[in-house]
Amino acid sequence: MHGFANPRRFLSLASWLTPALLVSGLVLTAGALAWGLLAVPPDRLMGETVRILFIHVPSAWLGMGGWTAIAVSSIAFLVWKHPLAATAARAAAVPGMAFTAICLLTGSIWGRPAWGTWWVWDGRLTSMLVLLFLYAGYVALAQAVERDGGSPRIPAIFGLVGAVNIPIINRSVVWWNSLHQPPSITIGKSAIDPEFLIPLLVAVLGFSLLFGGVVLARMRALIAEMQHEARLRRKAWEAIDA
Amino acid sequence: MHEGLDQWGFVIAAYALGIAGTLLLTGWSWISMRRAERRRDEVKRR
Repeated sequence: MHGFANPRRFLSLASWLTPALLVSGLVLTAGALAWGLLAVPPDRLMGETVRILFIHVPSAWLGMGGWTAIAVSSIAFLVWKHPLAATAARAAAVPGMAFTAICLLTGSIWGRPAWGTWWVWDGRLTSMLVLLFLYAGYVALAQAVERDGGSPRIPAIFGLVGAVNIPIINRSVVWWNSLHQPPSITIGKSAIDPEFLIPLLVAVLGFSLLFGGVVLARMRALIAEMQHEARLRRKAWEAIDA
Repeated sequence: MHEGLDQWGFVIAAYALGIAGTLLLTGWSWISMRRAERRRDEVKRR
């Protein structure tokens, strides 16, 4: 694992893994969404709106997964001081924020026909909204640290502290009364019929591969920007010395 | 389930939003990566 913290080794791996993850993710996601939209039957209670499940659940999973990736990368950065771990955390922030926003918006669209309201201030929805604000804060903080030359430990600590919200989101429907349904999938058990569960798992896999590809692309962009800056600085020093 | 609402309208709105958001994110990350790598390689060649 530590071997991949070498930027050169990482870049040679990422050069083929980025398009591979993006293409396989796009194909699987497109297939799963077409399956969910065209082939899955309407639900007895939710009717046609059950199809929103195939976008809403993967985006919720990736919204929480994105922050978990930030927290794990932040620990790796704080413990082993790998700069690549800080880059990985930064790279996961924008995609995580985008999927959290998609989750909130598709949930709101689903809530209107299912609950009769676009929004309620219950535990699940509010903690997910807090996650969106945490992402926005993390992105702003990481950009400010890079621009003003602050310590990269500051966003790493913020990433770790913000991880407190992840178990709160997960348990919110158990701890508090909510319009949101309780967990349908737990370890080794599912309350979802296989007719819905199989395309849902394919959608989660497809979106996850896509997320992995986007994070790798963001990491490559951040590394290239750092290398660009370093080369410009080196050339400026060479010009001064000459 | 509230009767009288066009359920497909909500489904299509959610899919359009999710697909557009995902494609925008993917396209933006790919284009910004290529642009950053091109800028770095141009400085290297200079």
